[in-house]
Amino acid sequence: MKISRYFTILSAGIVWSAVASAATLDTVRERGWLSCGASEGLPGFSSPDARGEWQGIDADFCRAVAAVVLGDPKKARFTALSSKIRFTALQTGKIDVLPRNTTWTQTRDTALGLNFVGVYYYDGQGILVRKSLGVKSAKELDGAAVCINAGTTTELNLADYFRKNGMRYSPVIFEKSDEVVAAYAAGRCDVYTTDKSGLYAQRLKLRDAANHVILPEILSKEPLGPVVRQGDDAWFNIVRWTLFALVGAEELGITSKNVMALKKSAKDPRVRRFVGTEGKAGANLGLDPDWALRAIAAVGNYGEIFARHLGPQTRLKIERGINRLWSDGGLHYAPPIR
Amino acid sequence: MSDGLWRSKAGHAVLWQVATVGLVVALGYVMVSNMLDNLASRGIASGFDFMSSTAGFGIATSLIDYDESSSIGRAFLVGLLNTLMVSAIGIVLATILGTAIGIARLSSNWLLARIAGAYVEVLRNIPLLLQIFFWYFAVLRTLPSPRGSHAVGNAVFLNNRGLYLPGMETGPAFWTMVAVAVLLVTLPVVRRRLGGIIAWGGGAALIFAACLTVKWSLPVLTGFNFRGGMVLSPEFVSLLVALSTYTAAFVAEIVRAGIQAVPRGQVEAARSLGLSPRDVMGKVVLPQALRVIVPPLTNQYLNLTKNSSLAAAIAYPDLVSVFAGTALSITGQAVEMIALVMAVYLAISLSIALGMNLYNRAIALKGG
Repeated sequence: MKISRYFTILSAGIVWSAVASAATLDTVRERGWLSCGASEGLPGFSSPDARGEWQGIDADFCRAVAAVVLGDPKKARFTALSSKIRFTALQTGKIDVLPRNTTWTQTRDTALGLNFVGVYYYDGQGILVRKSLGVKSAKELDGAAVCINAGTTTELNLADYFRKNGMRYSPVIFEKSDEVVAAYAAGRCDVYTTDKSGLYAQRLKLRDAANHVILPEILSKEPLGPVVRQGDDAWFNIVRWTLFALVGAEELGITSKNVMALKKSAKDPRVRRFVGTEGKAGANLGLDPDWALRAIAAVGNYGEIFARHLGPQTRLKIERGINRLWSDGGLHYAPPIR
Repeated sequence: MSDGLWRSKAGHAVLWQVATVGLVVALGYVMVSNMLDNLASRGIASGFDFMSSTAGFGIATSLIDYDESSSIGRAFLVGLLNTLMVSAIGIVLATILGTAIGIARLSSNWLLARIAGAYVEVLRNIPLLLQIFFWYFAVLRTLPSPRGSHAVGNAVFLNNRGLYLPGMETGPAFWTMVAVAVLLVTLPVVRRRLGGIIAWGGGAALIFAACLTVKWSLPVLTGFNFRGGMVLSPEFVSLLVALSTYTAAFVAEIVRAGIQAVPRGQVEAARSLGLSPRDVMGKVVLPQALRVIVPPLTNQYLNLTKNSSLAAAIAYPDLVSVFAGTALSITGQAVEMIALVMAVYLAISLSIALGMNLYNRAIALKGG
């Protein structure tokens, strides 16, 4: 029941586990399934659907990695982690990869024995308020009570923002995001702040969602990406190139629908290298030539994943914005496979 | 011991104990060195350097000066004091409430005894975390927003941000006068020299003078929330209520058991001497019951203190929430920080146990 107990268990993992950890790829293959860290329920990123299957771009990224290394997206399993314990779970080897709407920061990349492989969602911290408050800008929030999730970059960005603008605030910090939303809904706070994508998702949980508005200001840069343990470069490469494959496929026009046909018919050498009919991209990663093809066949390219879980056709209705490809004026840019 | 260490029974016992201690030490050494190797090989920082780095986050409730530019060590202190505050007040309330309910359970008034019984059964059989959520959200939902506060004059306000009271700003002059007043009244030497009336009168005058030096600040609605004055946050109040009502149920049972452990003959003897029911309870039963009550009561105090770590669930900034939560997510050094938090809880628990054991020794039967 006590929260500290989780830590004790996880800390014990560090105390007792053997020093020499085997290569992650071998461990995963031997085990036969991939262990991924997921959130405790963030629609669009990772949350279980009515049948208990995890849905969202975090979940699909994990399935893509499972398809790449194990040949089957169904061999991805998920562990729900709170913000606080996610890094410890990865450090101790409880999970193999952490795609869990996690912001890439310098400290996390350098001091925790972890590496970020890239960015799959460019986010920024936003602010949700009641319309009845009549607030038009975050600059008017002096003295506000703010509901926040513990163990996030959000907490620190908020402090920076208020300090920078010489404003005061009173933080109300909860362990789990459901309680943050409940407290905000009960009127404990004037403001609820988290990554903008998260605000869209959590607003759906409010009974009077239409009475709440997201302010225009972006408080911070929140590049969200998958994390792996430091010191296993082969595994780092596989996870990183899975991400590049998803983005690169969109650029090349490869989709879950045409990828199989392209394997046989493609003339474009870039596509041929992608689907493994030319070059040895797979061998360089220690994998077979079909690695990228399987990822796309399993979950589609980045654009398809975005449209399925976050885009205008979903309940979240998030515009692509800066998450478009570089060629469309966005930030997603995958190095070439050659 | 004439047969030498190897032959004698006592010698064997000593050897076994030395061996056991050696094994425990060796195990501890392996654990620590293995952990340090692990941390180093995984490129995870270790050590306690983080304590002096800037915290960068805000804390809503603080008994000492704290802002975002304070150090993480300072944040640790803030969290620790918040834990101690809620535990200390919780222990006092749980003891008062629990004693009252324990006595009520034995009341000859049928209704009162049944209500007390129902209280104990309901409260102790529902998980504490649920009770905390109940108090928190039940209280929050029924309170108005700051703009529609319940107000008493323009000094006390109640809304879903907390209970706002006039705050006292005290200087050294205030505390000096209070200290002198307390000495006047409590020191027997002074009382004898001056006479009771002068001592009490002087004390009262000093307290009155001290109150005049206090600057009162009233809470005022500015912008979204009240500023100035003193505030009891909903998190603090609901945690305090949940901890003390829950623990009171256990205390009540301990008090009841203690009272029932006093032989009936004692009560009958006291009554036949013509003591009032109040004196029977206060002078005969309770002093004897205390000897039975104190040891298990210590357990409940320890439980309450440890349970206060559930605060993290409802945003009360206690030690676990501030230090093992927010600060941990900044530094990422789980091993050091969790070890420190565990050491702190151990120290608090052992101090409570020590205090209660000393008290227990003081009230134990002498010379028996």
